[in-house]
Amino acid sequence: MLSTTDGQQNSRRARNEGSVGRSIPRVDGVAKVTGRAQYVDDLELPGMLYGATVRSQIARGVLESITLDPDYDWTDIVLATAADIAGNNVIALIENDQPALVPIGGEIQHVDEAVALLAAPDRRRAREAVQHVRVTTTPLPAVFSMEEALSGQILLHGDDNVFKSFLIRKGGDIEAAMAGADLVIAGTYRTPAQEQMYIEPQGMLAHWDERGRCHIIGSLQCPYYVHKAMKVLLDRDDDGVVIEQSVTGGGFGGKEEYPSMIAAHAAIIARKAGCPVKLIYDRDEDIAATTKRHPAVIEHRLGLYSDGTIAAIDVDVVIDGGAYVTLSPVVLSRAILHASGPYRAGHVRVRGRAVATNTPPHGAFRGFGAPQTTFAYERQMAKAARALAMDPLEFRRKNMLRLGDTTATGQTLSYSVGSAKVLDAVARVAGEQTVGSGVDADPAAVHRGRGVSFYYHGAGFTGRGEVHLSGRAAVALLPDGRFEVRSSSTDIGQGTLTIFSQIAATALGVPLDRVSIADQSTRHVPDSGPTVASRTCMVVGRVVDVAAQKLRARIADWAEGNDLADKPTATQAAMMACDMAGTASGEVCETAQYEHPPGIEWDDDTYSGAAYPVYGWAACLVDVAVDPHTYEVAVERCVHAVDVGKAIHPIIVKGQIEGGTLQALGWALLENVVYDGGRVANASMTNCIVPTFADTPELETIIVEEPYPFGPHGAKGVGEIPMDGPAAAVASAIEDALGVPFDELPVLPEVIERKLDPESAS
Amino acid sequence: MKIQAEINGEMREFESSPWRRLLDVLRTDLRLTGTKEGCGEGECGACTVIVDGRPVDSCLVAVGQIDGRSVRTVEGLADGEILHDVQDALVRFGGTQCGICTPGIAVCAAHVIEREPGASRERLRELLSGNICRCTGYQLIVDAVADAAARRLARSDD
Ligand code: FES
Ligand code: FES
Repeated sequence: MLSTTDGQQNSRRARNEGSVGRSIPRVDGVAKVTGRAQYVDDLELPGMLYGATVRSQIARGVLESITLDPDYDWTDIVLATAADIAGNNVIALIENDQPALVPIGGEIQHVDEAVALLAAPDRRRAREAVQHVRVTTTPLPAVFSMEEALSGQILLHGDDNVFKSFLIRKGGDIEAAMAGADLVIAGTYRTPAQEQMYIEPQGMLAHWDERGRCHIIGSLQCPYYVHKAMKVLLDRDDDGVVIEQSVTGGGFGGKEEYPSMIAAHAAIIARKAGCPVKLIYDRDEDIAATTKRHPAVIEHRLGLYSDGTIAAIDVDVVIDGGAYVTLSPVVLSRAILHASGPYRAGHVRVRGRAVATNTPPHGAFRGFGAPQTTFAYERQMAKAARALAMDPLEFRRKNMLRLGDTTATGQTLSYSVGSAKVLDAVARVAGEQTVGSGVDADPAAVHRGRGVSFYYHGAGFTGRGEVHLSGRAAVALLPDGRFEVRSSSTDIGQGTLTIFSQIAATALGVPLDRVSIADQSTRHVPDSGPTVASRTCMVVGRVVDVAAQKLRARIADWAEGNDLADKPTATQAAMMACDMAGTASGEVCETAQYEHPPGIEWDDDTYSGAAYPVYGWAACLVDVAVDPHTYEVAVERCVHAVDVGKAIHPIIVKGQIEGGTLQALGWALLENVVYDGGRVANASMTNCIVPTFADTPELETIIVEEPYPFGPHGAKGVGEIPMDGPAAAVASAIEDALGVPFDELPVLPEVIERKLDPESAS
Repeated sequence: MKIQAEINGEMREFESSPWRRLLDVLRTDLRLTGTKEGCGEGECGACTVIVDGRPVDSCLVAVGQIDGRSVRTVEGLADGEILHDVQDALVRFGGTQCGICTPGIAVCAAHVIEREPGASRERLRELLSGNICRCTGYQLIVDAVADAAARRLARSDD
């Protein structure tokens, strides 16, 4: 099924070069299109029970008691509570503040928090039994908004409800700089929670073996996150828990940290039941209880000189962390590090706070804080260009960071800066703007408008994060002469299995079908760090590349010593494998570890230096049509140019960009999580909608390649950047069409109606 | 109740309460786990199967309703190891990422191109709009289905 279009010459070259840069068929493609791929809910073990979770109904209060309905038949049902936890009742992450189950006498912090677990012979019984568990509580006053949290009237955390705060400073006094500007544009921007809405709901299957070891398999991004959390919760050593990923039906960050919670529950109830338990969330439960994108309020001031150059940028970011710390400090860090945008400015101040409320915790979602701040700064830039009567792309070009420029944290960009290329790429295809835009348009006609945005995204962990992680990966020559890549980077749809096969085969100089990827089990693969932060290809892919090169060199040495130097590597490998067959391990394995690029330094105390080893760059153009009667917004055109360094697999890259683009368009126009008293009021796919085929325009994707010298073949991250920018382009296009600004997402028809016609709306 | 139905071309007879969801019977009793559950409320289309020539959400169908009818699931698309045009195109064009929506989309798209091989891209979007994909942004799926339709049309022209 290899692409036939390039003819024989290319296919011979591909065999030798391992196909980097070509869109080979995904290695997991056939299993997925035939329905053979095994997701967690497809797995069964003998004697398996089905689990269900009993949840709190109040946002905050003391858990007084858990009792069983005496009239219900409990004979084949198992119940577990916090009292059944062997180790420390926490989900270990950054702060150990979140319990796996609220204990009796403990404080409930949000609606739908887990208080008990059940297991039953079938799913229907398990869910039915949940209705017969009686939970009594004494409610306490709760906090439902960031404003209430900051007022400090009810304290949930410390003495100010602030989980974490940060400050970035560049240049001199910010007020003096603003005072010296010719024009200051100020705005307040609000973005809502967003549901990841992976189509496979979360789930885990746990069982304990006769040696007291706990095995958990499920839908997850980061096997070693779950491993770390389970060791603490279950009081086990490294070998006492084995975490394995099943084929995972999407994650987008939603399966970064939350799976530890479900793994904990499956493990606890399986232990109590003494048999395997599968715990799969209902869609409604998944929407109601699991993490979402952090809501944010961002105040942005932009000082400009009359010639259109930026004088100063001042940003204040507040994000709603929800009831527990989870990943909020890291999300906030990324939010503020991206808050001043890919622009040159002499004076910058960025402040950020993550606050505690009594909503279910917000967590990782593609972009990780950057989409929120990008929305704010790109709306500001749109307003600036408008105020200065400059072409919006021209305004960006004038102020964009270029090679050799210095970022807000003082990082000098010395390679892989694709800023001009992405702007040029969009400008080239933009064409004439559609007619009828602006305030003066015929009120009965469809209003059309255009918006653009320009942004960047740091790939990999922040600062020295990658050094601390020290991700490892291995490539082994197996006794049968085949190769195996071992890493804990999971494939959640983004194509890890395929691109790692390509990278390894290329480095080894062997055909692709000689390489396979080891199952993502903590028993078989080293810790490569989590599958997050657009780091899989760029960071771990590079480690795989190095490990494979080391192995190839070792094979070459062996061949040299055995007079086989003139044979192709695959042949040498087969003979070496035969030779090794008698040895203890029977295989030859090379491991490599992350190496930080030289000259990339970061200071956590002053929050300055190189925030990320490298950035991806992107520009987006959106044309909209607004219906004059229903105020529905149709995206008629969406052009997205993204600099990915090097596309190891162009179709997979395109798929990443387009998937992220649509999530951003959805966030801009129709996705909305509605809370009522800390409870998700629209916890179903019927009400919590995401874009369909019919809502989606033809997406125009342009891949730009500005290679990163320390990525595999020049590749850098692509997973998150497409989520960052399109929302601002949409809002600016609507402003262009209607002549009034839209600074809050989503821009629903009723929001437009309220703006245009406050009277009829009320 | 005893239910008789043709499943992927094979007559099957089994015992079930008529009220159970077709989705559960397929996945649990018949071990046809290719059909997926994404929402259980008729919104996502991951559970799409063809009943008597019509695509339906199997999470909304009571199994009693299929008595005496024929059901086609994703397992019934390929001819042995030879993929259906739609499956082959989804692999080649990158129309599957995480893959959880793919069985439903493949089933629906196979039905669509068998009925309407000349459908435009816009029409394809309309016909497939009961199936949600959160990964792809749909573009590569439309590319794949359009290609499969074109190949089918070309074959019927010969
Ligand atoms: S599971 Fe049937 S439509 Fe979603
Ligand atoms: S490929 Fe993941 S939902 Fe479609």
